[in-house]
Amino acid sequence: MPVDIDIAYVARLARLGLSAEELAFYRDQLGVILEHAAKVQEVDTEGFEATAHPLGIVNQFRPDEIRPSLDRGEVLAAAPATDGVYFVVPPALEG
Amino acid sequence: MTTVWEPVIGIEVHVELSTQSKMFCGCEVTFGGEANTKVCPTCLGLPGALPVANSVAMDWIVRIGLALQCQVSERSVFHRKNYFYADLPKNYQVSQFDLPVCRNGWLDVTVGDETRRIGIERAHMEEDTGKSLHQGNGGRIHTATSTLLDFNRSGVPLVEIVSRPDLRSATEARAYAQDLRNLVAELGVSDARMEAGSIRFDANVSVRPVGTEALGTKVEIKNMNSFRSLERAIASEIDRQVALLEGGQKVRQETRHWDEGAGATHSMRSKEESSDYRYFAEPDLLPLVFAADQVEALRAGLPELPAERRSRLEGLGVAPHTARALAQAEPELRRTFEEAVALGAPPAAAANWVAGELTAATRRLETPAMVDGRSLFRLIEMTEDGRLSSSAAKEVLVEMLRSGDEAEAVATRLDLIQISDTSALEAAVSEVLDSQLEAVERYRSGEQKVLGFLVGLVMKSTGGKADPKLVNQILRQRLG
Ligand SMILES: [Zn+2]
Repeated sequence: MPVDIDIAYVARLARLGLSAEELAFYRDQLGVILEHAAKVQEVDTEGFEATAHPLGIVNQFRPDEIRPSLDRGEVLAAAPATDGVYFVVPPALEG
Repeated sequence: MTTVWEPVIGIEVHVELSTQSKMFCGCEVTFGGEANTKVCPTCLGLPGALPVANSVAMDWIVRIGLALQCQVSERSVFHRKNYFYADLPKNYQVSQFDLPVCRNGWLDVTVGDETRRIGIERAHMEEDTGKSLHQGNGGRIHTATSTLLDFNRSGVPLVEIVSRPDLRSATEARAYAQDLRNLVAELGVSDARMEAGSIRFDANVSVRPVGTEALGTKVEIKNMNSFRSLERAIASEIDRQVALLEGGQKVRQETRHWDEGAGATHSMRSKEESSDYRYFAEPDLLPLVFAADQVEALRAGLPELPAERRSRLEGLGVAPHTARALAQAEPELRRTFEEAVALGAPPAAAANWVAGELTAATRRLETPAMVDGRSLFRLIEMTEDGRLSSSAAKEVLVEMLRSGDEAEAVATRLDLIQISDTSALEAAVSEVLDSQLEAVERYRSGEQKVLGFLVGLVMKSTGGKADPKLVNQILRQRLG
């Protein structure tokens, strides 16, 4: 069963700039995955509770305790742009 | 016929919890620390880092929910809310979707003499984002040339509380916000300081012709930094929408920012074209199960809440308006009240002092000061037995706060103690009556106002220190 996908919209949401060829390529690839999902959805799940996780365990918590953080110099070294204190990024909004 | 418009307002509140460590990692929760020093792979969204939920934060959201009369879900799940924004390093926020921790609560809100029950749709657990500082052109978000990011706040436990659209005026929305803030502060789960951003309010505002059911197009307003600006922003947005509709235009569904200086909201055009958050269950976190006995233990640990306190105070004979003010007052003020009453001060009088003069006087002082219950009790005692007039007592209270001395010492020093000794006053009254035979005659022949003249003379002869009530009483007796 073919599934209808607005692949350009999906690409936009993921901030991917794809060419027309790439859009067609990924539409087909993602289509195969979604067709499989559609097939799974046909299975009668009446009487089964939905699960958010494959494991049977719940409530994994940690105590509220402070652990050492990373060194700032090390953290900022991985960033494309910094001023030594902050990460620097382009402005968030257009006027 | 002109249309009467009814505002329909809902409030979303974000409360930063004041846990020691963040929601999903062990980084310290700090306010205003050195930028980017409380970060780790988890709260920076580095690949492979795994979140584990903070157990204290989970208890605290249940406390908040219970204080808001919510049902605590037996089963709850974290979801990923996917969107791109520079202060969100993972490109998704761990939040909750259809299975929040708390649901269906309420908070009673009073404006004037009217109390209305405002529904709480949900309270859910999520994580805070990093902080953006907009650089260039005066730091205004829509004209900035670059943005600086500090991730110390990234991953701080955040509880979002969503009201139903039950609020009907800007004033009521402000009262709801203030009551909610006080409640959260009292639970001890957050600093709840609006100016520090540890509690933040957004409002959804629409209008509809009064008497109709269907909701108008709603506009979300953000960026209110005080209760006053929250109220002003909502009032201004209501006016804007009514003006649009009356001019035959439509209200556009959008997010608008409040501009405090301009006293108006303005539209935000975001690069984010769509709010398609594609929520899905967070695979890195396990489901949450809240057992009934655990919830009941947390309920038993709740402090007395403002609404309960208010009815207890009213039961003690405190006037409703005063009870409301005192129920919401700072903890130190309430402690002074409770101690004074425990020592035997009449609750109504003690409440008037604490909610009135003491609250006002402590706000006026430059350095923080407080009187304890015993000192207040003694001051009240002196007014009740007539040694201090009510105006003198107010003066004494201010000086008690300044000097830390007791009422008796302060009143003596300021020479404010009234003569309430009957025999001393009898003598002063006799002297006046003997010298004012004509006035006495006029009073006896029915000229009532002469009494005031005679009281004045006694007050004068005692250097203003006589208790006027007592003088009045003695004069009436002697003339009657
Ligand atoms: Zn961290």
